[in-house]
Order: sequence, then structure tokens, then C-alpha cells
Amino acid sequence: MTTTRRDFLTAAAATAGAAMTPDLNHAHQHEHEHQAVPSDAALRVKALESLLVEKGLVDRAALDALVDTYERKVGPRNGARVVARAWADSAYKQRLLTNADAAIAELGYGGLQGEHMVVVENTPKVHNLVVCTLCSCYPWPVLGLPPVWYKSTPYRSRAVIDPRGVLREFALELAEDVEVRVWDSTAELRYLVLPERPEGTEGMSEEALGALVTRDAMVGVAKVSAPKAGNAA
Amino acid sequence: MNGVHDMGGMHGMGPIAEDKNEPVFHQEWEGRIFAMNRAMGAWRKWNLDASRHSKEVIPPAEYLRMSYYERWVAGLVELIVQSGLTTRAEIESGAPASGSVKAVPALTASKAVALVEKGVPASLSVNVAARFQVGQRVRARNMHPVGHTRLPRYARGKFGTIDRDHGVFVFPDTNAHFLGEKPQHVYSVRFGARELWGAQAGEKDSVYVDMWDDYLEPA
Repeated sequence: MTTTRRDFLTAAAATAGAAMTPDLNHAHQHEHEHQAVPSDAALRVKALESLLVEKGLVDRAALDALVDTYERKVGPRNGARVVARAWADSAYKQRLLTNADAAIAELGYGGLQGEHMVVVENTPKVHNLVVCTLCSCYPWPVLGLPPVWYKSTPYRSRAVIDPRGVLREFALELAEDVEVRVWDSTAELRYLVLPERPEGTEGMSEEALGALVTRDAMVGVAKVSAPKAGNAA
Repeated sequence: MNGVHDMGGMHGMGPIAEDKNEPVFHQEWEGRIFAMNRAMGAWRKWNLDASRHSKEVIPPAEYLRMSYYERWVAGLVELIVQSGLTTRAEIESGAPASGSVKAVPALTASKAVALVEKGVPASLSVNVAARFQVGQRVRARNMHPVGHTRLPRYARGKFGTIDRDHGVFVFPDTNAHFLGEKPQHVYSVRFGARELWGAQAGEKDSVYVDMWDDYLEPA
């Protein structure tokens, strides 16, 4: 058992080794684009899918539906709508901060990897940052699947020990007197940051507010920028 | 287990490389292995905790060399072979063993959509007493189980405060090894950054770690 497992892992590791430089810093961000020949991983996954379909263990239509859902239907626009509603409606914001599951469900969102939501609020004195040091936990229904950097070893290793340094890499410098709270998603709670509403957005529609909200701001590695002059609707 | 996956607080992993406007899946196979994990999970031969553990047991050097979804490939192959859904020989040959009976897929397209929309709650509606109260000072146990755990190394032995009680959940340390759900409370525990990292950390900063009752002792 151990030997055969090692064989597979060696093969998988060879796949990884062939596809990238040994420099861990690159962490696979870019090497997959524009390959003329299918990678070993692509061939291996294709063979696995064929086997599982032939054995009647998976239905290709179910795989297509899952891929389509996360490529087209679920993403950070959902979370941006939640944030915009909270900015526009203080009663909703209270519900969101006290019972996030129900408040998010009011807008029609919920489900896989968002079963137990917690929303944490940024203020001028408190900045929240979300990480999963142990794997890649992330609130899928409101943010979609996580970006590569969130799942990468540099972010996972440093967010808890050096959050201010991490934020500086995202060009966000926090004042010394701002309290940084890092949320490590070690259980089944999933965290969404409610960013500060930027100045100059008074009177904007909920839809226009939502368009300002970025994924990065809802993970806590960015702030929401004020709209450029003349854009306020 | 004290694996390399438990990397909170490690140095030397390099700068964070942000890719603006990256696609959800960088290559088609990433989406396929993502979806296959869900579809095969519908056979209920393993659970989410076992699935996480299947990636933690990838040897450290290989774990670090692999891309994120390459780990999913390795993990899924382990799970389907260990659970008996396929044999190692079938994986290597890519063909069903002669004489094997064709199954009917557990997850159809409509069930897949329902799964995404409904999710799989890990909370349990059973009445289990909380061992700790909000505001109580606690200490994370200094323990080093060789199996699956969600107690990160950087917090072990450290003092913190119960910030909130999230209710009763499945306990991953037993559930990952099919030893039962062992329902118990999960809390957000606040640790001062200096308690974890010393004087180099910000005085007012903190790290909140979600912890099960079995990870904690009174302080």
C-alpha cells in the first residue's frame, strides 16, 4: 500500500516538477497559460475522468454543471451586493453582523462552503483580514472560489505572523493605532469582511455602491476606493 | 499531524504573487478535478475532514512542489482507492477491471446544483454543554496528534479568550478517521498577537482561531 502510494505521488510530483521551476516563490501562478501540449496533470485528470465515467461513478453532466456554476454563477459580485445592502440599509447591516447566514440568505445566497457565515466589520480603528493557514477555506457563495494567492504558501504562512507586512504587499499601509484582527478559518465558519464605506458615496444607489466593492476588500487585503469624481450616481 | 500544511507563522515562502483578473480555473483539468471531488464525495465513502486529511499526508517536499489542484488529484486518488471505489490497477491502466459492474452515478447534474445551493452543514442540532463561556480565559492544549487536527501549531500552549460560541459541530480529529462525529462546541478564540509571536507583533493586534472544546483547557 505504502509503496504503491509513493509511486503515484512520485508520478504526481514529477508532473509538478516538469511544469514549473523549483522556485517556490512562483507557486504555479503563471506556468499553466498557453501550453500547446497538454500537461501531464491534464492527461492524468482526463484519464481519471474517463475511468470514473466508464465505471458509472460520475456523470459528466454533473461535472459540467459544477464547473459552470463556479465559472459563471457564483463569485464576488454576490458578496458585493451583500456589502452594498449593508451600507445602504443599517437594519440589514445589523442583521448581517449578528446573524450572517440569514441576512445573506435574504439576498438569495448560501450553500456549499457558506453554511456557517460570520461577517466582520472594518472601521477606522479596526481592520480585519481572513486566511486559512491549514488549507484553503473561503466563503464560496459570496466570493466564489479563492484566487491562487489566497491558497498560496506565502499568504497562508505570513498572514497570521505578519499581517501588516502582507497588507503592504497589497499596497495597503495601516496606521499604527489601527487594530488588526486576523481570522484563521480553522473550522467550518466562513468569514466575510464588511469594508468601510468610502467617503463621497452619499446618495449613491445600491447598485453603484456594489460596483465599487472588490473581492480583495471582502477578504481584507484592500480597502474600497472612493469613486472617481463625477462617477457618483 | 505536524505536517507542512500547517504553515501559519513559517518564513521563507516568498512574496505574495497577485494575478489580476485570473480565471476561476487556470486550465480545464483544474475544473474537472474540482468537480470530480464533489461528484465522488456524493458516494459518502468519506467526509470533508477525511478529504482534507488526504492532502495533508502528501509528503512535505511533494506538497510544496505541487500546485493546489495537483494536491486535489493526489488526494482524490487516495480516497477512491482506500474506499474501494476503484483499484490502484484501474487508476494506473485507466480502464475498469474486467468483469466489474457499472454503477449508476451518485451525483446527477440536478443533484449537483442542489448540493451547491443547499450545502452540507457541519453543525449538529444535538444538545451538548459548552465547556467554556464567552469572555473566559483559556489555553490551547499542547498536543501533537499524528492524525488529522485543525488546531494549528502556532496556537498550541497559548493563552486566549473565548470571543464567541458558534454552537455544536462535528469534531474533525475523529471524523476524518471515521471514528465518529464527537459533537462539541466551536468557539472563536482571540489570541493577542504578542502572545503568539512576541514583541515583534503589533501591541493591539490579534488572531482569532476557531477551536473545538477538545482543543482547549481552562486557564
